[in-house]
Amino acid sequence: MLYREAGDFKTSYASDNQTFPIRFDRTAYWAVMAVAFLLVPMVLTDYWANSIVIPFLIYVIAALGLNILIGYTGLLSLGTAAFMAVGAYSTFKLTTAFPEMPIYIVFILSGLVTSAVGVLFGLPSLKIKGFYLAVATLAAQFFLIWLFTRYGWFFNYSSTGQISMPERTMFGVVITGASASSTAVYFTCLIFTVAMAWLARNLTRGTLGRTWMAIRDMDIAAEIIGVNPLIAKLSSFAVSSFFVGVAGALTFAVYLGAVEAGEAFGINKSFLVLFMVIIGGLGSILGSFLGAAFLVVLPVLLKLLLVDGLGWPSDLARHLEIMIIGALIIIVLIAEPHGMAALWRTVKEKLRLWPFPH
Amino acid sequence: MLDQSAEGYVTADGRQIGPVVLELKNITLRFGGVEAIKNISFDIREGEIRAIIGPNGAGKSSMMNVISGFYVPQEGEIIYKGYKRAKMPPYQVARTGIARTFQNIALFEGMSVLDNIMTGRMNLMKSGFLKQALWWGPAAREEDEHREKVEKVIDFLEIQHIRKTPVARLPYGLKKRVELARALAAEPQILLLDEPMAGMNVEEKEDMSRFILDVNDEFGTTIVLIEHDMGVVMDLSDRVVVMDYGKKIGDGTPDEVRNNQDVIDAYLGVSHDE
Repeated sequence: MLYREAGDFKTSYASDNQTFPIRFDRTAYWAVMAVAFLLVPMVLTDYWANSIVIPFLIYVIAALGLNILIGYTGLLSLGTAAFMAVGAYSTFKLTTAFPEMPIYIVFILSGLVTSAVGVLFGLPSLKIKGFYLAVATLAAQFFLIWLFTRYGWFFNYSSTGQISMPERTMFGVVITGASASSTAVYFTCLIFTVAMAWLARNLTRGTLGRTWMAIRDMDIAAEIIGVNPLIAKLSSFAVSSFFVGVAGALTFAVYLGAVEAGEAFGINKSFLVLFMVIIGGLGSILGSFLGAAFLVVLPVLLKLLLVDGLGWPSDLARHLEIMIIGALIIIVLIAEPHGMAALWRTVKEKLRLWPFPH
Repeated sequence: MLDQSAEGYVTADGRQIGPVVLELKNITLRFGGVEAIKNISFDIREGEIRAIIGPNGAGKSSMMNVISGFYVPQEGEIIYKGYKRAKMPPYQVARTGIARTFQNIALFEGMSVLDNIMTGRMNLMKSGFLKQALWWGPAAREEDEHREKVEKVIDFLEIQHIRKTPVARLPYGLKKRVELARALAAEPQILLLDEPMAGMNVEEKEDMSRFILDVNDEFGTTIVLIEHDMGVVMDLSDRVVVMDYGKKIGDGTPDEVRNNQDVIDAYLGVSHDE
């Protein structure tokens, strides 16, 4: 089967507008979904789940959120980890205050709380842009983490200053706490990731997404054709923070189980998600997946190769790993400044004609 | 001299021009100590092609920005459809049926031609946030309905072949056309064109002139036009306002303006201190 558009006639605007206009892509998409939902759970071990698959899925959600803000609306933020912390602490407070509340509702509410906080810290974006805005969001990063470690109310005055997730079930299956199986955790994250990616795609293909991109590409022209910059920017902050908040809630509740704000949600994590978005591709849903995969999967694979494969000492391997990842980031960005998603687009354009030159 | 009664007039080529739709009264615009526009009044009639001309720095683009709400004049008032226009931000002016293009193309470079034009329709699209997020019945249907309207604009301006192309890849002339398409997609009553033919070759100018006349003819859109090419201005427009140093020095049909001594002086550069 060749990668072709020819012969695949579109007879309605809906089919012309679909996410995967080429038949091969559609098939590939369903194949990936089938593998994710059917094949992976059968072969998943605890080690693979905890070191690669679950962090990957959670980071995809965070990267999607940040991509909406940076890639689609052009607003730079360095406060991602702090917003993840808001999601995590909201989940903790909500589920300890209302233990009977279904956990998925808790996750969604945590996302909404993060939205509200995000809008609040997004207010400076109405006046400032670019690096100046990044500095303003940096304030959010330090202030929120300080707040969560300083005030006992947020961690229920526990002596360690940590928050830890009690056991909760979703549809009768234990998904948090020590007794949760990695398959259950995997499915929770997978369902959230697929649903959130679908939401992100819908929001970015419609009017709202075009409003965001209009603000990103030329805010003055956007305003002249009728975009209200206040609504466009704040809605972007709200949606982005919702995604990031849910990612934070999942990080805390199903992945780590117990966190301390400064440790789990420090500025390093903000940069990590930012790098995922930049390397994956700004303004691309697929890019968020690729970026998260690159920065989550690659370190683990390198460690496997160097320590388990070649038998090197683990501290040496750790330093080498950092150097190799750094070099790869630079190489990818030199080869394609618009990220891996743009690289993939180029490949697709070539594939459409292959094996003919034009 | 045309018979300009309150109801309107009939042009030489037989088009019916309606009553005044937008009236600017004693507009003064200052930037600090600089008066960009000095006490200018003129009106725009429904269905008319109205040109604003003048040498560089005369205040034409400032005038355009006043009409589109981007600048708020310190003095004077704007009467639109019979009512005095309140002070409002540009995006609300857009919602009252005024669309514009820019002197330096202001397209959304990262988006496809289709998305650019669809953005032009955003004020006509109603689906709420949740419906869009779920791409649920009404939102998807609305997208298709508006796509159909957009396709008509695309056909009209003959840009079918570049629908899915990112705008950044287009040559200059086509970008100008896409910008016109985006403005048209909003179905404006008044279309402001800021130098639509700047930097074009003769053939592109001919195309653009044809599009402007067709827009006016087929959709009945009132057009306000800034242009430096005198041949084009005199051919296209029904009435012309001439500005120089922020003042209005002439207003009338192309023939009247052509024979106005002040206008001739301004263009030929007679010294101002006599």
